Amino acid sequence: MQRRHILLGTSGLLAAPFIAPSARAQGRTEIQFWYGLGGALGERVAEQVTRFNESQPRFRVNANFRGSYVEVMTGAIAAWRAGTPPHIAQVFEVGTATMMAAGPAIRPTHELLGEAGITLDPKRYLAGVRGYYSDTQGRMVSMPHNSSSAVLWINLDAFEKAGLSTTDLPKTWAEIRAAAQKIKATNAAEIPISTAWPTWVMFEQMSSIHDVGLATKANGFEGLDAQMNLGAPIFAKHTNMLLEMQREGTFVYGGRDGDGFASFPAGKAAMSFNSSAGRAQVQREAKFRWASVVLPYHGDVTQSPRNGVIGGASLWTLTARNRTAEEYRGVAEFYRFISEVEQDKWWHHVTGYVPLTLAAYEASRAEGFYTQNPGADAAIIQLSRAEPTPNSQGFRLGGFVEIRNIIQEELERGFQGQQNAETLLGNANRRADVVLRNFERANRR
Amino acid sequence: MQRKAIFNNKLLPYLLLAPQLAITFVFFFWPAGEAVWYSFIRQDAFGISKQFVGFENFTDLFADPLYHQVIINTLIFSLAVTVLAMGLALGLAVLADRHIRGKDGYRTLLIWPYAVAPAIAAILYIFLFHPDIGLIGRALKAAGVDWNYTLNGNQAMLVVVLAAAWKQVSYNFLFFLAGLQSIPRSVLEAAAIDGASATYRFRTVIFPLLSPTTFFLLVINITYAFFDTFGIIDALTKGGPGNATQTLIYRAYIDGRVNLDLGSSSAQSVVLMIAVMALTFVQFRFIERKVHY
Repeated sequence: MQRRHILLGTSGLLAAPFIAPSARAQGRTEIQFWYGLGGALGERVAEQVTRFNESQPRFRVNANFRGSYVEVMTGAIAAWRAGTPPHIAQVFEVGTATMMAAGPAIRPTHELLGEAGITLDPKRYLAGVRGYYSDTQGRMVSMPHNSSSAVLWINLDAFEKAGLSTTDLPKTWAEIRAAAQKIKATNAAEIPISTAWPTWVMFEQMSSIHDVGLATKANGFEGLDAQMNLGAPIFAKHTNMLLEMQREGTFVYGGRDGDGFASFPAGKAAMSFNSSAGRAQVQREAKFRWASVVLPYHGDVTQSPRNGVIGGASLWTLTARNRTAEEYRGVAEFYRFISEVEQDKWWHHVTGYVPLTLAAYEASRAEGFYTQNPGADAAIIQLSRAEPTPNSQGFRLGGFVEIRNIIQEELERGFQGQQNAETLLGNANRRADVVLRNFERANRR
Repeated sequence: MQRKAIFNNKLLPYLLLAPQLAITFVFFFWPAGEAVWYSFIRQDAFGISKQFVGFENFTDLFADPLYHQVIINTLIFSLAVTVLAMGLALGLAVLADRHIRGKDGYRTLLIWPYAVAPAIAAILYIFLFHPDIGLIGRALKAAGVDWNYTLNGNQAMLVVVLAAAWKQVSYNFLFFLAGLQSIPRSVLEAAAIDGASATYRFRTVIFPLLSPTTFFLLVINITYAFFDTFGIIDALTKGGPGNATQTLIYRAYIDGRVNLDLGSSSAQSVVLMIAVMALTFVQFRFIERKVHY
């Protein structure tokens, strides 16, 4: 039964006039595309869509900026409930499990392409990207769009000032900590280390790199009954190290989500962790020499770090009662278009996101893109340096947005000195398990 | 004269009321009813599977120790914002009510903050209090204060209270000023002739005569602190650090819109509805008795 919530109803009413009269205008089939990237990256999305529209006469994609990732997702879900969803919604990676559990609301990419008679070999896509958005049979459910990975950003001027090597950069956490201590001792920078996206960098990436699940059941890929695995020794080891570093003044907590990165391009932080897509900002703002390298690992835990996980968003095809085969065809054509080597390469170069396909990576390398832009391949290397294991292929956890915030909150209580690493992880584990169980109950069919 | 004679038709009054009733129903009762209905249901984000769970959403909510903290946060926050915003506004209004040069300009300037959008107000406060980039924040750190509201819960609460109260001062100021100006001069002059000092006059004459305004503002300010401060909290602290600045309305937003848990979010809305009804009842029943009209 489709009950219409009044708020959802109104958003549907608002959206309807945009869709109904314009459909099939000028003989072209209209495809609605809602995205959530603002600023310079949003302009690139609009450009990508224009390129598609100009490449063929049959379909017309209307790109609509709908606010943040959260707003796009809630807006698209509300529109679906009201019966007027966009054809394509850009959904951030943490929303993957929610979308995947939405059965009749979505059209899996492999099905969509199959019906349109388009064959896109999943092997063409970077392993770390493909895995995150595939089902257990390895079929792609959503279309990879903008993917990044977390990398370590280093202020080389600060390193030089501290007497550290600017060519032999730290690879393990022990080396990082030693470098941070030296930076603090020599006062080479105000902040030795900070980080953006604390949960993504310090928990999700570390879990993947060290091949330890953040949750059981292959991080939720194998079922909704997954349980959090924060009791694993690696998390205690890593959290303890962070708390110690904060006490000795080598790690400075800069806030939730992306807030902690502001100090790096400003030249205040000697080292920081952020998405590889932060490259454009650093290029524009940093008035010092810098480098971006792969994330460090704990040398005493592993000598061969696994692949890191992606961040970013993918494209989801939404269903609607009156949606025609031609409209689905248009969506499929758009997906094919953005996977073309030339288009993918362009996207990779102008946004700083990793390419979706291996071919675009190879082409960029052959062109010398990475010698001109050293470090631009750090995220790609990190994503593809090892074949993903069940622990490193990504996360399929219900309510993952909430889980991320829970870990952030408990981490903050730790940094406040209210609790030690063991209590922190215990609390986060318990609270996140409640979220998983609620999601499981709500999505049981 | 008999009023009844005007409406012989029994249907007409209802007909005339109908538009108003329709609006009230569509925009108030229907959504509120949906919220109540949703609070008894567990459903996924898309509403594909729905399950009646009785009071489970409520019992889960009150079993959560963090929700208790959120209730306490809300009480502290609302009380602080109301007292601060009303106290400051009353002080400013009393000063602006005097015969001073340029008082029109002064009054106009005091009204400005009300026109500032909550998110912008929050940004202004970030530029003031942020430990790294804020004017006051950096000054505090330079003075040796361990200032960092991104990690210190009490400091975070202080900053959101200041920002929220600052935005409401202008509104309160306007009403207090109007209230002060409507107090008959003769009463004040009579008191002055009787030898009452300025503070004594304020306490025994002005403040009681101002009580209808004060009561009205009390209701408005508490409602403001409960419901309209969401933008400031979202832009300043996002409810953190930990859950130090999470209020009832902010949590309802996060659970409903970000975490997509409509059942819990609806249950929280119902709790809020009941709380505000109770609050308004108490205010009108007990505090209004002390108000002189």
